[in-house]
Amino acid sequence: MSDKVIIDMKDIVKRYFIGQPNELEVLHGIDLQVCEGEFVAIVGQSGSGKSTLMNMIGALDRPTEGEYTLNGVDMFAADDKDLSAIRCNEIGFVFQTYNLVARTSALKNVELPMLYAGKTRGNRRKRAIELLQMMDMEERMKHSPDELSGGQKQRVAIARAMANDPAIILADEPTGALDSATGRMIMDIFHRLNKEQGKTIILITHSPELAEETQRILTLKDGRITGERKGSGRRADP
Amino acid sequence: MLILENIALAFTALISNKMRSLLTMLGIIIGIGSVIAIVTVGNSLSNSISSSMQSMGANNIMVGLQQRETEEERTESGMAFRGPERYREPTEEDYFTDEMLSAYLENYSDEVKALSISDSLGQGQVTRGTAYANVSLIGVNACYFAGTDITMLTGNMLTPKALSGGKAVAMVSDYFVNNLFDGDQEEALGKEIEVLIGRDFYALTIIGVYEYQQTMMSFTSVKDTRTDIYVPLGYVQKKNHMFGKYSGFTVVTNSGVDSSSFMTSTKRFFDRWYHSNKDMTVSAFSLESMVSALTDMMDKVSIAISVIAGISLLVGGIGVMNIMMVSISERTREIGTRKALGATNGSIRLQFIVEAMVLCLVGGVFGILLGIGGGALGAKLLGYEASPTISSILISLLFSLAIGVFFGFYPANKAAQMNPIDALRYE
Repeated sequence: MSDKVIIDMKDIVKRYFIGQPNELEVLHGIDLQVCEGEFVAIVGQSGSGKSTLMNMIGALDRPTEGEYTLNGVDMFAADDKDLSAIRCNEIGFVFQTYNLVARTSALKNVELPMLYAGKTRGNRRKRAIELLQMMDMEERMKHSPDELSGGQKQRVAIARAMANDPAIILADEPTGALDSATGRMIMDIFHRLNKEQGKTIILITHSPELAEETQRILTLKDGRITGERKGSGRRADP
Repeated sequence: MLILENIALAFTALISNKMRSLLTMLGIIIGIGSVIAIVTVGNSLSNSISSSMQSMGANNIMVGLQQRETEEERTESGMAFRGPERYREPTEEDYFTDEMLSAYLENYSDEVKALSISDSLGQGQVTRGTAYANVSLIGVNACYFAGTDITMLTGNMLTPKALSGGKAVAMVSDYFVNNLFDGDQEEALGKEIEVLIGRDFYALTIIGVYEYQQTMMSFTSVKDTRTDIYVPLGYVQKKNHMFGKYSGFTVVTNSGVDSSSFMTSTKRFFDRWYHSNKDMTVSAFSLESMVSALTDMMDKVSIAISVIAGISLLVGGIGVMNIMMVSISERTREIGTRKALGATNGSIRLQFIVEAMVLCLVGGVFGILLGIGGGALGAKLLGYEASPTISSILISLLFSLAIGVFFGFYPANKAAQMNPIDALRYE
């Protein structure tokens, strides 16, 4: 972990239905700095604004007010195309529901972000195979998502998130749909990516035990960060 | 590169929903198929017309007599519909005479190559044992064969000597020989046949066999096909007791003569003898003018059918649009995922436009195959082989692609404009 701040949010406000009677403010001034190589957990109850914050960080949505710089890029100045490029190259998403593209092999799924990044066919294939090997999935790379178990799907999804070697991995409840043993395996992969490859990882989770394994735990409540404390940063020994 | 990936993706989507894709493509298939089939059948028709034109001589002008329309009739309907009680055949007094014809030949010696004159004795039958053949007995003058394209197989043409003498000699068709002499043309030569027309027998000696040319008009079975027996015109006139009188003739023009304007001059030339004739007037027409009228009509029919095909394509296109909308809402999460992975709006739009294009293109290819099949069948029924032109196939393919772009654009744009968060959260 370095001192370089990769995510820099100041006083972020997000409102929906602006100017309408049902105007709704979801985030009320979030300040958040994440350094390169950090492993951060965001916890909070449903409706606390976790997902909205995550969409904001992941360049899926723009904040209404505030300042946000991601890896040196001012997100307020970015247009739709710039946001696509940021999502493509700077961020790897891991979802609770995997969101693999149906009827498409694991290999093709991993190749997808590289396709959008404009990489050549040969390079895509090579990198995708490497990543699937790293996830221990090389034997099932020709299989389509409906032929894979939950844990396998999530490993393909992590390989896909790593495809363009992004600085940040955003994981939204990655173990939420898995049993505890499989969840453990997925969590170990995140530890490995953080330690061996220096990836910045932001983990959104309901599980206090998993959050405890990260370096820093932020608690979100009613659209505000109400707590911040250090975690162990290590895999919890059973 | 992205295009190739998108094409592969589109085929995956198409194959995973086979039934749905097929039903969607049906409009395109029927539309394109009918256009190709119509073009093919049209080609076949024009082939058959041009080949009958060749055998009959397109530049020939046929001159005849027709009943004059009275003032009363013209104001009544504008067209010459008349009751049978008013109808009158031209009689001997009305016929063209040798005098008129030689004046005409003298006046237009540069334009006229020959005057071909024929007169029919009617239709009848020739029997030989149990075998029979249907025939028309036609008397011809020396120039008759100058205006037609006729090939002799065995024996001789009617010689000028035979023609002028009005001898009882005949040229028969190979069909006739097949029916009566089991195809032995040598044996047929010199044989005497008796043609029964009405109650009269006409005894003739066969001197030659010509090759029968099938026309598009002959739909009867081979055995019953009626073919012509050519005899000297003098022979027919002798039997009819009519010399130097002609109910009609065909003008064979020299090459380079514009048959439509010469047709008008010819009619005007002969009109001078018929100004005083209350009942009859001269009619002249060329095959070329008939053919162009026929072609005009065929073009109109093609346009009408093409419009119907166009409506089918429009409906097909709307079907494609509909199914693309369904597909997009089914795949909302996929669209969201792709956007999260870095797809730009443009690449999502491209993906779905390519998918619509592939759907239409595959439909177009099926349509072309159907059209080629249907067209070949239609052409076979008409008796003239024809295949659709390469240009019509290319145009159909391009047109189906254009339908894909046109009707795929709106759904694809809708997909491209989706908010990634809403799309990802879509259940």
